[in-house]
Parts: sequence; structure tokens; C-alpha cells
Amino acid sequence: MTALDFPTRKDEAFRYADLAALAPLWPVPVEPIRVAAGSSAALTVIADDATHAVARDLELTIEAGASFDLHLLNVAGAYGRLSVRAVLGEGARFHLGAAQLAGGDQTVEIVTEVVHTAPDATSRQVVRSVLAGHATGNYLGRVTVDRGAIGTDGEQSVRAMLLDRTATANARPELEIYADDVKCAHGCAVGELSAEGLFYLASRGVPPAQAKKLMLQAFLAEAFVGAADGDALNAASLAALEALL
Amino acid sequence: MLTIDSLSNQIAGKAILKGLSLTINPGEIHAIMGPNGAGKSTLAYTLGGRPGYEVTGGTVDFDGQDLLALEPHERAAAGLFLGFQYPVEIPGVSFVQFLREAANAQRKNRGEAPLSGGEFLKLAREKAALLRMDMDMLKRPVNVGFSGGEKKRAEMVQMGILDPKLAILDETDSGLDIDALRICGEGINAIMRKPDKAVLLITHYQRLLDYVKPDFVHVLAGGRIIKTGGPELALQLENEGYEAVAA
Ligand SMILES: Nc1ncnc2c1ncn2[C@@H]1O[C@H](COP(=O)(O)OP(=O)(O)OP(=O)(O)O)[C@@H](O)[C@H]1O
Ligand SMILES: [Mg+2]
Repeated sequence: MTALDFPTRKDEAFRYADLAALAPLWPVPVEPIRVAAGSSAALTVIADDATHAVARDLELTIEAGASFDLHLLNVAGAYGRLSVRAVLGEGARFHLGAAQLAGGDQTVEIVTEVVHTAPDATSRQVVRSVLAGHATGNYLGRVTVDRGAIGTDGEQSVRAMLLDRTATANARPELEIYADDVKCAHGCAVGELSAEGLFYLASRGVPPAQAKKLMLQAFLAEAFVGAADGDALNAASLAALEALL
Repeated sequence: MLTIDSLSNQIAGKAILKGLSLTINPGEIHAIMGPNGAGKSTLAYTLGGRPGYEVTGGTVDFDGQDLLALEPHERAAAGLFLGFQYPVEIPGVSFVQFLREAANAQRKNRGEAPLSGGEFLKLAREKAALLRMDMDMLKRPVNVGFSGGEKKRAEMVQMGILDPKLAILDETDSGLDIDALRICGEGINAIMRKPDKAVLLITHYQRLLDYVKPDFVHVLAGGRIIKTGGPELALQLENEGYEAVAA
């Protein structure tokens, strides 16, 4: 497909997308970001439009020895799609910390493609989703290690928490490795809040909604550890959480 | 203060408590001993309102209220404290953060004004000092990475902060080293030995009872209290075992 063709569900990166909500935004402009060799940069994206669909498409080029920290909070009310492609040069470092929350019939998704093109680059992705009602939360994350990109270190930590049995989490970390001497790990879990933990908090006098909030806040905060905008991210994710509970 | 009358329950369809009766008056300390699997923790959890512990018969009156009709957090606000045999780890949530919310939720439930951050920290520091626990430990996530003994000590710090009327302490002594046992025993006395408070200690050994002297000792077996005596009963149990004493 060319960049302007509207995607179909056969397209892996759009399999679970809300295509009806995406259509008016198509084509989504690509936002190129170049991090020059040896430099470091950071970006925070908070998609919190309550009524309109949001779609962003970031294309990162992280040159040799450069470092980039990206933090995403995806709580767009109608539909939120944050797509990131990161191309890493030799010894580059990419960190993604992302959280998304949805309830009702909302769909939120984070789609990443990280390409290790040269030796010794590091990528870390931490993605946390909290889903209630009939919401759908997607994470599609592909890490590609090109031939020759030896010494690559790639890690994906993906967890989703379902507040209702009617909510859906699609989590697909993928690895494509064409080089030797590569360290790639992915962990992926979909779960519910610990009933034991909730009872422990309740036994101390914390009402159920507050207990859930405390535990979910901590869960989401894992995505924002070390973020320069940590306070703003945590405050915005707390506001979204309160709206869900 | 607490009147349990013919309490029966089941967990996953299996009957555990089978008509258990027990009365605790203000100012009293009761100890419950009994073989493994007798239902001691089940009694504690049932009084705390743990989901899945289904009451099938009997009543529990706590200070004139129907305890079983209250939600777990309401039972705490009414003055009940549960010291867990196995305290639960909660990643990412610190003790100070959750205990302040707990204390203030309880106060709100009772129509009292909330504690400010400063007031709460002062209280927490005081109770941590009473139990000789480093205040920095209370800034860590709840029980995460705590040793068995540290968890039990932290339970007592929580009890000190929340200042309950009735504490049900499930094997608080297990996991404690010799000094910690004394410190926790003295802590329980300092916090709870008051004319308007009461304690129900669940334990397997006399050692805790050397510090926290019980007024009554009960033997729980097969889901019922089968024998009640004074402090001497604990010593007799330790010497002779349950089978001989229960016979
Ligand atoms: N979730 C559960 N599902 C099924 N059976 C259970 C469950 N929890 C407890 N039981 C059973 O209930 C009985 C009483 O357990 P309980 O934990 O109350 O014993 P206890 O007297 O506290 O023992 P211990 O001295 O070993 O702590 C045991 O037979 C136990 O296996
Ligand atoms: Mg037990």
C-alpha cells in the first residue's frame, strides 16, 4: 500500500484499529524527528482529547550514539492511535514509556516499530494499559534487528489490566532478528487487579474504589519511571483513571 | 465488644467454621490456639469480611453493630484491625501513601476531620519508633521485599497508626526473631492494652503470651471453640499437645 491508501484489517498494524474513527483523519501526517549523532532528546505526547479521535505518527531517526526518551499517554476519548517508528543507529538508545486507558466502547492503541540497523543499540519499551467496560486496548510492537546489528539489546515489557471481563486487550510484541549475538526479551501479561491486595487495603479502611485507584496508579506509573515530565504524566493518567472508576 | 454466636461459614463450598461462639469484652485479651487447618485464619478473615468467605449461619455483634452486614472497609472504620498471618505485597504503593488514605477514610467514615500530611507523618514516625522500625521502610512499597519478620512488625506499626478498638492478630509472632518478638509484644501492650480496647491473638506458641498476657485461652478445633480456660491452658497445651487436652 502507498502512504495514502486507507488501511484494511488485513494490514497487521491496523488489525484491531477503529477504522471508522480513523477515516476522517486519514492520511495521518508523518512527524519526522531526527536526533543527531551523540545528542539526547526527550518528548512527551499526551493524547487526551475527550471528544475527537486522535492519530499521531512519529518517525524517529536516532543516530549513532544518540539517546531518545519518548513518553506517551493515550487517553483520547473517541479513539487514540499513537504510532511510532524508530530507526536506531550504532550505539543509539531508545526508551519508550507508554500508558493508555480506555472505557466504554473506546479503542486506544500504541503501535511501534523499532529497527536496530547497526551494532550495540538499546531499545526499551514499557507499555501499560488499563481497560474498562467494552473498551479495546492494543499494543503492536515489532522489533527488527537488521543483519549486522550485533550486540543489540531490545526489551519490551507489556502489561494490561482489565477492570471488566468485557474489556479486551490485544498485546503483540514481535521480534524479527537477522543478526547474531543479540539480546532481546519480551514480557507480556494481561491480568486483573489482585483480589488479595484489594482486600488487604480494604481491611485497613480504604474504600474499594480508592483501593483500585491506588493500585492502578502504581501500575500506570511504571510507564513513567524516570520521565522528565513524570509529574504531568502521572497527573493526567490519574485524571483519566478517576474518570474510568 | 464482640459477640460471635454460632458462626458457620464455607469457602468454595467447603464448611470450615461450624457453629463457633465467642464473646470478648472491652479490656480483655483472648488467645486462640489450635491445630493447623482448624479454621483460625478463616475466623479472622471471616470477621474481616474477606470475599469468598461465605457466612452460612450465626451472627456477629461488634459494639452494637451487625458486623457481617458491613463492607470490609466499614469494619475497619468501625474499629476492627486484622493483623495478617501472611501480609500482602502491593507493588508501587507505599505504606505512608496508603496508610494516610486508610486513616483518613476511616476518619471520614466516623465523621472526623482528616489528618494533614504533617500530622499523619508525625503519627507514623511515632508508631514506627514504638516498634523500632526505620521510618524509611514505610516509604517503600507495601511489604515488597520485606522479610517475614519485617512484615509482621509493619503490621504492628499499621495497627498503631490506625488505633483500632479490636485487633485480631493472626500469628503475629511467627517469623519474628527473639528481640522482635519482645518489641512486638510490648507494642501490642502499648497500643491495645486499654480498658476500652480488646485483642484476639491467634498463636501456636506460649512465647508471645509471655509478653501479652491473655485473660482467656481458647482451643479452636474442627471449626469450633472446644475448650476455654485461663493463661494456664496455653502452658498445658504446650506441654501436652492438642490431642491430650482436647480429649
Ligand atoms: N481458599 C480456600 N479454599 C479451600 N479451602 C480452604 C481455603 N482457605 C482455607 N481452606 C481450608 O480451610 C481450613 C482452615 O484453614 P485456616 O487457614 O483457617 O487454618 P488455620 O487454623 O489458620 O491453620 P494454620 O495454623 O496452619 O494457620 C483448612 O482445611 C484449609 O485447607
Ligand atoms: Mg492460619
